[in-house]
Amino acid sequence: MSARIFISRDSGALCVGAEEVATAFRKAAEKRGLDVEIVRTGSRGMYWLEPLVEVAMQRGRVGYGPVKLSDVEALLDEGEKHRLCLGLVEDIPWLKSQTRLTFKNCGIIDPRSLEDYRAHGGYKGLEKALAVGPEATVEEVIISGLRGRGGAGFPTGIKWRTVAQTPPQQKYIVCNADEGDSGTFADRMIMEGDPFVLIEGMTIAGIAVGATYGYIYIRSEYPDAIEAMEIAIREARKGGMLGRGVAGSKFDFDMEVRAGAGAYVCGEETSLLESLEGKRGEVRAKPPLPAHIGLFGKPTVINNVLSLATVPIIMSDGGGFYRDFGMGKSRGTMPIQLAGNIKHGGLYETAFGITLGALVDDIGGGTRSGRPVRAVQVGGPLGAYFPRALFDTPFDYEAFTAADGLIGHGGIVVFDDTVDMAKQARFAMEFCAIESCGKCTPCRIGSARGVELVDKIVAGEDPVANLAVLEDLCNTMKFGSLCALGGFTPYPVMSALTHFPEDFGADRKRLHAAE
Amino acid sequence: MPRYEPWNAERASEIIARYRHLEGAGLPILHALQETFGCVPEEAVPLVADALNLSRAEIHGTVTFYHDFRKEPPGRRVLKLCRAESCQAAGGDALAARAEAKLGVAMGETTLDRRVTLEPVYCLGLCHSSPAAMLDKHVFGMLDEAKLDALVKEAQA
Repeated sequence: MSARIFISRDSGALCVGAEEVATAFRKAAEKRGLDVEIVRTGSRGMYWLEPLVEVAMQRGRVGYGPVKLSDVEALLDEGEKHRLCLGLVEDIPWLKSQTRLTFKNCGIIDPRSLEDYRAHGGYKGLEKALAVGPEATVEEVIISGLRGRGGAGFPTGIKWRTVAQTPPQQKYIVCNADEGDSGTFADRMIMEGDPFVLIEGMTIAGIAVGATYGYIYIRSEYPDAIEAMEIAIREARKGGMLGRGVAGSKFDFDMEVRAGAGAYVCGEETSLLESLEGKRGEVRAKPPLPAHIGLFGKPTVINNVLSLATVPIIMSDGGGFYRDFGMGKSRGTMPIQLAGNIKHGGLYETAFGITLGALVDDIGGGTRSGRPVRAVQVGGPLGAYFPRALFDTPFDYEAFTAADGLIGHGGIVVFDDTVDMAKQARFAMEFCAIESCGKCTPCRIGSARGVELVDKIVAGEDPVANLAVLEDLCNTMKFGSLCALGGFTPYPVMSALTHFPEDFGADRKRLHAAE
Repeated sequence: MPRYEPWNAERASEIIARYRHLEGAGLPILHALQETFGCVPEEAVPLVADALNLSRAEIHGTVTFYHDFRKEPPGRRVLKLCRAESCQAAGGDALAARAEAKLGVAMGETTLDRRVTLEPVYCLGLCHSSPAAMLDKHVFGMLDEAKLDALVKEAQA
């Protein structure tokens, strides 16, 4: 039997040279006459160790990383005596301390092999869904307490039930893979590392609500994810898991990938539907809900990648099993993404309830620059900036709302003490101005005025009066915008102002006078 | 490295015909046109409108809504630097300024010799390894000055 070496093909590994390392291993092994099979996996999510090379041993996979081209020969010579040896990958504390449910196979299996997916428990969820039928499937997802992982946190099962209860007609499953938030990459990892779990989740959704077709809308900035999904869809079709009579059942379900075109707002569900229909990605007013009038006017389930990719384990292991993780109304696990100026950047899946400080300091290891952490932005460009003083906030939908923030899609971007928070507040407004779909006035005009106001305040131009106007503007945007783009842009702006007033050229006293 | 075809109405109609049967054919058609011609040429708008039974204004509105669709073909190589928060936190602003200086263009511009188009991108999903960049369809992370310089050099080659 040949030796098996696992090297990631995830773009997070490719961006630091995994392709070159894989080629070098292949060549070096050939030269030595070694019988080696190189399996290209997804990533484990420990990106500071990429390119991570794993070698299958009797007792498990032994990891080496981060491997440079110049290390390859010595690695083959020295084996486990090499300085880059990390021991058993599963025993690395960063990985071992996680609760991997959604990501249980990511970085382990070959994302292009249906057979490998099955060998690791794949399609057990679908099997269960087919056995219990559509109604019980929807119930199981409701029991699990799963909430939309895209950011809004709406209960997934309730969405499904709404669509299931519409009269039989053409219905759609739409997967929102327009992961545009800076600091997030979990959707990309699933699509590149375990695409079949997403296909399975969408198939279960289709059967549960009576939909026969699905679209995965992937942002064009993710060419590797688009390719990975397209390959997996072809494989699933070939294996009888998509198309007519899925897995030999009476249900038909098929799907295709559609590429976005660089509009951030298309991550908003109604804008995404417009875009899928071939139009400008302008937000729709709700109601009607997409569950009633969605894609092409038909009842549509639209869920984030992570929500759909979590469905198979909920079905195979039970809604109760999943619900038993977490705290309060935040059930199950959250794939948290550590990003920005951070020592240990990557994906950390854990039950809700862990504190922000534990994530940033203990798990993330603080900043990569070695300077003190000053602020973290949680939940993407529309998320609030948190100071150290709020690091005891538990990662939970409600706790973050109470702290005037949001967990969004679970991204945490770390900034050191060189950050200028006024600049970040200005950027939030500027980004909103660039990306606004233009449909509603608070977002379209408010964001442009917001940039001007921050500039005036920083320039010392009547700061007290302009601060009052900025706060008023933020309120108008928050309560008057059609969607989360205009509605949430005030979060980064107001949190920067509240927690870091000194960066706005105003001392605390003057700011308080403005309130 | 992409080589784009000159505008050809017949070729455009062929491409449009290939995708027009799709549900929501708009974006797939525009992507395919851009892949062939390097941009979505003005001349293509009435053809797309006709095929989809929509007005020219609607297609024009769609093309101009999306950042991806270009008015003219880019340089031989496209270098995208991530300018979003995670990369800002990791020194991306300084690297962007450095790239602009090295190439002698501002973000969104193409060098005079048409070799390189420099563009901002708002997140490549490589935030664990910020700052990040993309040269054509290849991704690069953990950039520092030396790595950026090498990348710029590769783009210019």
